Amino acid sequence: MTKALIGQEVAKQIGERVPQSVVEVSQSWILVRPEAVLQVAQFLKNTPGLDFDYLTCLTGADYLDYLEVVYILTSMKHNHSIVLKARCTREKPEVPSVVEVWRGADYQEREAYDLLGIRFVGHPNLKRLFLWEGFQGHPLRRDYL
Amino acid sequence: MESMSSLSTDMELKTEPFVLNMGPQHPSTHGVFRMRVLLDGEVVVDLEPIFGYLHRGIEKLAETRTYTQVIPLTDRLLYLSSMACNHAYVRSVEKLAGIHVPERGEYIRVIMDELMRISSHLMAVGFFLNDLGCSVYTPLLYMYREREKILDMFEMVCGQRLTYNYMRVGGVSGDVPEEFMPVLKRFVAEMPHFIAEYEQLLAENEILLARTKGVGVLPRELAINASASGPVLRASGVKWDIRKADPYSVYDRFDFEVPIGQVGDNYDRYRVRIMEMHQSLRILEQAMRQFPAGEACAKLPQLLRPAVGEAYGRVETPQGEMGFYVVSDNSIAPYRMHIRPPALLNLTALKDMVVGWKVADVIATFGSIDIAMGEVDR
Repeated sequence: MTKALIGQEVAKQIGERVPQSVVEVSQSWILVRPEAVLQVAQFLKNTPGLDFDYLTCLTGADYLDYLEVVYILTSMKHNHSIVLKARCTREKPEVPSVVEVWRGADYQEREAYDLLGIRFVGHPNLKRLFLWEGFQGHPLRRDYL
Repeated sequence: MESMSSLSTDMELKTEPFVLNMGPQHPSTHGVFRMRVLLDGEVVVDLEPIFGYLHRGIEKLAETRTYTQVIPLTDRLLYLSSMACNHAYVRSVEKLAGIHVPERGEYIRVIMDELMRISSHLMAVGFFLNDLGCSVYTPLLYMYREREKILDMFEMVCGQRLTYNYMRVGGVSGDVPEEFMPVLKRFVAEMPHFIAEYEQLLAENEILLARTKGVGVLPRELAINASASGPVLRASGVKWDIRKADPYSVYDRFDFEVPIGQVGDNYDRYRVRIMEMHQSLRILEQAMRQFPAGEACAKLPQLLRPAVGEAYGRVETPQGEMGFYVVSDNSIAPYRMHIRPPALLNLTALKDMVVGWKVADVIATFGSIDIAMGEVDR
């Protein structure tokens, strides 16, 4: 069984290495400041004992007040998982890209950019994945009808 | 002599790279998929996949449907393994709403999943050999013969042969009919013989070996880093199968192996699929033996209203890990539903697998990944 790590415990470790990055934490997920995402991702991947080598799923959701990016991470070495989240405003929907940490983020970030309009700063090729260039709007936003 | 030597330098071949457009409408692209390939002569220098020709906005559509009405949409993802897509979705909703599935329902799901895996792998291997040009269509038609029997069984339980819409939140739409089990029993008994027949025809096949051994290698580290899953990941030597690593349904009650490859080339991906079919038959045998009596579906209200929250449920489809990230706001429709697409993510490393190989190897390598555009574009 993949063990779901306890958010508070991992958040404590993150807080020691990347100070003031954690905003909110629950049993199952950790919410970090958007600017700190890349540092936290590197920490989670490269710290012995955590070793999150596999990005299972990267997606986003629109909650009208803010946009949320969700990273579901797995460690194949220890068979455990954690959910990382970051929130950005609709006015400045920017989150650092994690492609340099996990190549698997490439198409998933492009998809989130395409459908939700979240800009992943530092992505090597951030363009729409499914819709054509010149398409107006981002369909998965809740106010897109 | 002088004029000869100057002539030879003049005629020295100068090459320059050019762009070749493959697809979107081409039999070898398994759907409407396009690749812009930069070639130098016949050698691939760069490759850029272009998606979106089959984008139907399934995630957006799901937001306007009730939890049960989303199930038919999931059939249209991996259309050669719809049962597994059904399963991935209902499992996420069950996780979200905390619903318990009766034992018999779980066993029926496992039986359907494993039949689906055999059928999907047959098609994957058949089309792959087709792409390689191993006597056009012959292996594929052999495999269609066995797939037909599986489709007959699916038709028996739900009346459909392609888009099953069979699983429900809490179980399956109806119990298996009386005549199903004897047919399944006969199929499980016969099938090893047919797989042996493919092996006899293919394992030593010159074309197959020449076109697949050492071609399209996906190294282990890259496979993990690029979020590959399913047979593509396992062929690269990673023993990772959701059925073992994170057992769902009743998979923890069966004894089976997770076959892996050595180097991660086209041949390993082909071999892993053949070996997985044997393991699926093992699971089916045990499931038939343990098959319990009881209800096939839990009693649930017509309209589900899961509590506010979110869940990520995943299953091992024939193509890899398919997961649904579902967010509920306590209404009758999902607030947000995201599909974790195994085939799209398996394509992440396609460029690394084909650069330096000939243009014909692009087709072979692409075929060995086994994709369905319905799920790639959603």
